[in-house]
Amino acid sequence: MTTYLVRRIVGLVPVLFGVSLVLFLITRLIPGDPAIALLGERAPEAALQQLRQDLGLSLPVWFNLSAVSERGLLGLFDSQYFHYMGDLLRGDLGRSIFSRIPVTDSLLNRFPATLELALAAMLIALVVGIPSGVYAALHRGRFQDTLIMTLALSGVSFPVFWLAIILIYLFAVILGWLPPSSRLGVSTSLDPVTKLYVLDSILTRNWVALRDVLRHLVLPAIALGTIPLAIVVRMTRSSMLEVLSQDYVRTARSKGVGQRAVVTKHALRNALLPVVTVVGLSFGTLLSGAILTETVFSWPGIGRWVYDAISARDYPVIQGGILFVAITFALVNLLVDLSYALIDPRIQYS
Amino acid sequence: MSSSENIATAPRSRLFGESVMGDRIREFFRHTTGVTGLVIILAFVVVSLLAPVLAPYDASRDRNLRERLNPPSAEHIFGTDELGRDLLIRVWHGGRISLRVGLIAVAVAVVVGTTLGMLAGYVGGWLDTIVMWFMDILLAFPGILLAIAIVATLGPSLTNAMIAISITQIPIYARIIRSVVLSLRESEYVQGARALGARPLRIVLRHVLPNSLSPIIVQLSLSIGVAILDVAALGFLGLGAQPPAPEWGLMIRDGFSQFLRAPWMSIFPGAAIFLSVVGFNLLGDAARDVLDPRLAE
Repeated sequence: MTTYLVRRIVGLVPVLFGVSLVLFLITRLIPGDPAIALLGERAPEAALQQLRQDLGLSLPVWFNLSAVSERGLLGLFDSQYFHYMGDLLRGDLGRSIFSRIPVTDSLLNRFPATLELALAAMLIALVVGIPSGVYAALHRGRFQDTLIMTLALSGVSFPVFWLAIILIYLFAVILGWLPPSSRLGVSTSLDPVTKLYVLDSILTRNWVALRDVLRHLVLPAIALGTIPLAIVVRMTRSSMLEVLSQDYVRTARSKGVGQRAVVTKHALRNALLPVVTVVGLSFGTLLSGAILTETVFSWPGIGRWVYDAISARDYPVIQGGILFVAITFALVNLLVDLSYALIDPRIQYS
Repeated sequence: MSSSENIATAPRSRLFGESVMGDRIREFFRHTTGVTGLVIILAFVVVSLLAPVLAPYDASRDRNLRERLNPPSAEHIFGTDELGRDLLIRVWHGGRISLRVGLIAVAVAVVVGTTLGMLAGYVGGWLDTIVMWFMDILLAFPGILLAIAIVATLGPSLTNAMIAISITQIPIYARIIRSVVLSLRESEYVQGARALGARPLRIVLRHVLPNSLSPIIVQLSLSIGVAILDVAALGFLGLGAQPPAPEWGLMIRDGFSQFLRAPWMSIFPGAAIFLSVVGFNLLGDAARDVLDPRLAE
C-alpha cells in the first residue's frame, strides 16, 4: 500500500509540472499588456516601465542570457519562468495585479464557498441518485425504469447555466420561495469559523443563520448537482444489474434470503464500487461547473473569481485559480483510487 | 437449425451484406431510443440547412426597436429580444452555428487524437511517453476549464472556442486508439501480417483502424453533444461567439440580463441546446449498446 501510494504521488509530479508549464505559457500568451491594462492607455511610459519591473515582466521569459556575463551561470535563471516556478514551489502564487492581494490568500478565502457548494451538489447526487438507480435496476424494462432513465439522460443534456437561470426564475421570481443569489441574506449575521457556512451556523448554534444558509444553498446545489446526479443514476443502475445477475446473488435468493436483504446486503455493496469512481471523477466536473453556476448565482467562490479575473486579464489569479483546481482534481482522483482498497478487500496494492 | 431456415435467412443477410456492421446497423434500427436520437438529429440538421433558404437572416441588420421585448405571440412565436429581433429566427439560425462547431471541433479532435494515439501505440518508446504525458496534462484540467484557459489566451471568438473545445477532446481519442493499438500489436494476426512483410502503414490501415471504429463511433456522438454544451457555455461566459451572432449560449447571456422582464429570451435558446444534446446522447447510448457487446445487458 505505501509503495503504491508513493508511486502514485511520484506519478503525479510530471503531470502537475506539465500543468504548471501549460498555465505559464497560456498566461504569458494572453494578448494585451497587463501594465497598460492596469494604468490605462495614456499612462506615461516611465510609469509603465516601473510597473513592468515590479511585476517581473521586464525579465526575459525563459533564460536570462544577458545576466550570465555579470552573475555567472546562475544569472541564466533570472527569468520570468524560473521566478514563477521558484515561487510556485514555495507555495507562492503571486498577487492579483489589481487588488494586490496574494492569490493564495484569496484562494483559501474563497475555496470554502466552492467546496460547500460542491459537497451539497454531491450530496444531492448521491442521496437521490443511488436509490433511483437501484429502483430502476429492480424494475428493469418496466415503466419506472424507462422514466428514471429518460430523466437521467435529460440530466446530462442540460446546459448547467440555463438550468440555473430556469431554477431562479421558477423558485425565486415566480414562486418567491428561495433567494436568487449569494450565500447569505444581508440581514443575517454569522461568525465565520471554517467559512463553510452550514458548519459554522451549526457550530455557533445560530439556527436562524442555518435556515438562511440552507435556503441560499438549495438552488445552486441542484443546478450544479444535476449532471453528477444523472451520472450516478446511470452508473448505479448498470452496475446493479450486473451484480444482480451474479451467481452469489442467485445463491442467496435460493437460500431464501428476502429481496430487501439481497439488495442491501449482497448486491448494493458490490455495485457501489464503480459508483465511487464516477463520484470521484464528477468532483472535477463540479469544480469546473462551479464557474458557470457561481456566475449565475453570484456565489462568492473560486469559479466566479476566476471568471472575473479572465475578463480583467488578471493572470496571476487565472493561473493560480486553475492550477489550484487541477491539483485538487488530481488529489481527489488519488483518494478515489485509494478508497477502493477500503471498500473492496480483494484489491491489494503492491 | 433446419435447412429450410437457412434458405429463408440467406437472401436477407446477403441483402445487407454478410458483415458484422450490417448486423449492427439492423440491430440499431430496432433500438427505439437510438432511432429517436437519430430522428432528432436529422430534424436539426435538415432544419438548420434549410434556414438560409426559408428564412434568410442578417444578424447585423436585424433590429426593430419598436418591437422590443415582445412576449411570444402569433407574430413572434418565441417573442423578441431587447433589440426587437425575432427569437424564432435567431434560435433557428443558431442551430447552424452549434451543429457546425460541434462537428468541426469533434472532427479535428478525432483526426489529431487518432494520429497521436496511433503513433504513440505503434512506435512506442519515448514517443509514447511524451505523447501520453501531454495527453495526461490536458486531462488534468477538469471539464471546460482547459477550454476557458485556452480561449482566455487566444481571445474570445467562435473560432477560438472551437479550437479550444477541439483540444480538450483530443486526449479522449488518443487514449482510445492507443489502447486498441496496444492490444492488437501483439495479436497473432498482426504478427502474421508483419511476418508476411506488411508495412506499418498497411497494418494500421487494414487492421488497426477497422478495429478502432466501434469505440470511436460510440464516442463521436457523445462528443458532439459535449461540444455543443461547451460552445454554449463559452458563449454564455462571453468567451465564445460575439454579438450579434445568433449563438445559443450568447443569446442566453443576453437573456440573463433581461430575465425578469423577458424570460423567453433565455428559455428558447436553452431548450434548443437541450433538445439537440439529448439527440446526440440518445444516439451515443444506442451506439454503445449495439457496438459494445461487453456493456450490453
